[in-house]
Amino acid sequence: MSDASSPALRAEALESLLIERGLLSAEAVDDVIATYNDRVGPMNGARVVARAWTDPAFKARLLADGTAAIGEFSFDGAQTEKLVVVENTPEIHNLVVCTLCSCYPWAVLGLPPRWYKDPAYRSRVVREPRRVLEEFGVKLPAATRVRVWDSSAEVRYMVLPQRPPATDDLDEAALAALVSRDAMIGTALIPPRGNRGE
Amino acid sequence: MSDDTELPGTLAPPMANGEVLFDAPWQGRVFGMARALAQAGAYDWDEFRARLMDEIAGWDRRHGADPTAEYAYYDHFLRAFERLLADKGLVSADSVGARATAFRARPHGYDHHHHHDHPHDDHSGH
Repeated sequence: MSDASSPALRAEALESLLIERGLLSAEAVDDVIATYNDRVGPMNGARVVARAWTDPAFKARLLADGTAAIGEFSFDGAQTEKLVVVENTPEIHNLVVCTLCSCYPWAVLGLPPRWYKDPAYRSRVVREPRRVLEEFGVKLPAATRVRVWDSSAEVRYMVLPQRPPATDDLDEAALAALVSRDAMIGTALIPPRGNRGE
Repeated sequence: MSDDTELPGTLAPPMANGEVLFDAPWQGRVFGMARALAQAGAYDWDEFRARLMDEIAGWDRRHGADPTAEYAYYDHFLRAFERLLADKGLVSADSVGARATAFRARPHGYDHHHHHDHPHDDHSGH
């Protein structure tokens, strides 16, 4: 097999053909990449979470209609699919997957991490969510139920993590800084304050 | 504001636990092309997604039971994108192959020293 079939060469060939035919500009491609590099990412979701923690009325709106509630922020890259926000509680831990490909709430979390797209995660989370969580270092109380949400073309899910204790003195921006991407997928918990290995 | 150098509206955290978005530059280019063309109305994103799911399902059927099988997400992404462009009559598989072959024939070192809008082999050796 010739290396003309190498993905890098084919991608470059595609781009040159699309540009030549006036279908695309290199700048438009640059713009998309820059947007996801710089402006769309888990920091958006973190702001949503922090607001839900501090504003009960917003939280109610968020859980009732996630798409409309995040519309209150002016994030780049509108959430075009329906966004459903699922709340972690002491009783229920939520976990998000896309078993068929890589559907993910881009507007609030950016692009998915590599493991989210891997076959192992996609298939195992449904079969043995607790075991997968343990591999991520998440130990849940035995009484906590795990609920797995399978994303689809129509619906994307984001987890609203539990607010860590002893954070009453923190404002929205400081709270947002505590929220990790994985906590909004459900593969991490937010550690208590003073216990963050950074 | 004391030690708080981030304004509430700025988007610093938690990119910290993010990772590089793309393992290789071509992956970013393909992602960018697929999104940009959808934004320009060349197709509906769902049409792309249907082909991506199909590509991935094919891999899952062939290799899903083998934990050692190598999985390369963006290879599937690229194939789905190529299929979509061919189905839409925008770029045929043959023309991609021909162009890729032409690129492969470029002088060694081309990729590293020259931008691709600047063909170079014309004035070598004459």
